[in-house]
Amino acid sequence: MTTKTKIKNEMSLSFPSKSCNEAFARSAVASFIMNLDPTISELSDIKTAVSEAVTNCIVHGYRRTGGTIYIKGRITEDNKVTIKIRDKGCGIEDIKKAMEPLFTTAPEEERAGLGFAVMQSFCDKVKVKSTPQKGTTVTLEKIIGSENE
Amino acid sequence: MLKTEFKNNILTAYIDGEIDHDSAAKIRTKVDGAAQMFKPRELYLDFSGVTFMDSSGVGLVMGRYRQMKLIGGALRVINIPDRLYRIFAMSGLESLGVLR
Repeated sequence: MTTKTKIKNEMSLSFPSKSCNEAFARSAVASFIMNLDPTISELSDIKTAVSEAVTNCIVHGYRRTGGTIYIKGRITEDNKVTIKIRDKGCGIEDIKKAMEPLFTTAPEEERAGLGFAVMQSFCDKVKVKSTPQKGTTVTLEKIIGSENE
Repeated sequence: MLKTEFKNNILTAYIDGEIDHDSAAKIRTKVDGAAQMFKPRELYLDFSGVTFMDSSGVGLVMGRYRQMKLIGGALRVINIPDRLYRIFAMSGLESLGVLR
């Protein structure tokens, strides 16, 4: 998270890769950005993107092993929210392929293959760093307050 | 989280609250159980009570579409709140004609 803009607030979280923590993670991030006074749709966008990223950690990263999911949040003076979601799981062999809409390696779990497409559509920027056998970090960025509603 | 109703050969499942990977698994088990029991001509998934949904909701609909095809029935998703349409629009489900 390199930024020249002044940091307004930061947080970090870690929790086990249990699917009941999907709701916890998105609610916690929603609470974190609350004092930026987001619109209902901005809030819902961030919650949805975080939910997708955390679900990926559980369904893919820690599919065989289970493990800890780490979230770091940062708000800067320009009202930019940056959320990093990291796992130390199996990593992604082919990030480009993984990001293709409707591509999934977990059809038996009824995954739609839309996780990254949703993150990209609901955030301003999505970055993915992954090393096979080491883990994956997804960085979501969204400016709050750019919407006119 | 889920109420079901069977009337005139139509099984309606009223989904309540948030749909994510966690809750979708529970909803799936209940809906499929009821569909197995009643073998309805049509399954309606009523989304009017859904307050949040990620792409797990799309997976849930796609899966029920296949399940209903297997038993020779049809699927309709009804009362979709406006704010959930964006994810459905990305899914290609519109072309199946199941969204109302």
